[in-house]
Amino acid sequence: MISLAHYLTLAALLFGISVAGIFLNRKNVILLLMCIELMLLAVNINFVAFSRYLGDLGGQVFVFFVLTVAASEAAIGLAILVLVFRNRRTIDVEDLDRMKG
Amino acid sequence: MIEYLLFYAFAAVMIGAAIGVIGSRNAVHSALWLVLCFFTCGMLWMLLEAEFLAIALVLVYVGAVMVLFLFVVMMLDTDQAAVNASFTRYLPVGIMVGVAMLFELVTVLASRRFGLEFYPTPPAVALGTSNTRALGEVLYTVYVYPFEIAAVILLVAIVAAIALTLRHRPGVRTQDIAAQVRTRAKDRLKLTDVESEEGGG
Repeated sequence: MISLAHYLTLAALLFGISVAGIFLNRKNVILLLMCIELMLLAVNINFVAFSRYLGDLGGQVFVFFVLTVAASEAAIGLAILVLVFRNRRTIDVEDLDRMKG
Repeated sequence: MIEYLLFYAFAAVMIGAAIGVIGSRNAVHSALWLVLCFFTCGMLWMLLEAEFLAIALVLVYVGAVMVLFLFVVMMLDTDQAAVNASFTRYLPVGIMVGVAMLFELVTVLASRRFGLEFYPTPPAVALGTSNTRALGEVLYTVYVYPFEIAAVILLVAIVAAIALTLRHRPGVRTQDIAAQVRTRAKDRLKLTDVESEEGGG
């Protein structure tokens, strides 16, 4: 049978890829948001795997809440992004430095 | 045996799709790779016997969130040449950080102290038990307050997203229903008493 280590390793791989993605895509905030979604997905895989292997449904309930918060985060993040683009005509991370002082 | 085969096939597709997300030149392609990634993850959750969450992931993420992403990606235009230049510039540091994090996670997971061998694979749940029902039974009893808070968070997200993107442009002729309803007859209509002319013809 597939062991818990399989799922944890897969989630670790996914998390590593998404962290690398945040460093690679510095020009496009939308891709940063997508990488954050990938990270949350990796965390969720861990939750579901532990829930299954420990026989506790609490992990799945927590994934449910993580999905809820991630959906609202995506909606608000994209709304802010549209607003930023409307005002600055760019979504380049390096151009969004007005608060640097 | 078939489970191993399915797991490795789905895992390979998922990692490939994740690399596609971060490596695509085009943001639309990234979003489509992310759709594949979520879908494959749903299949993996099916293997973990979390059927409700697998379906919820496909419905909520592929059906709603990714459509929102695609919508926004197509609304904003980005400078593709600058994106490509930045990609090659940050490639070494990105790979370095990713590999470092992966190394750390694997050292924790592979160490003897973590004791993953103490978690044997549980037997498959009996045929006919419903994951959705089991989840609902704890969600609406033990976790009912978090559930209510989640509902409020979603409401806040709706209000925030609408409030952020709503704008009033001046000089646009639109129908203002409130103003129409507020109108009183005496503001618009002037009754004048016109004397009728005597003996005219």
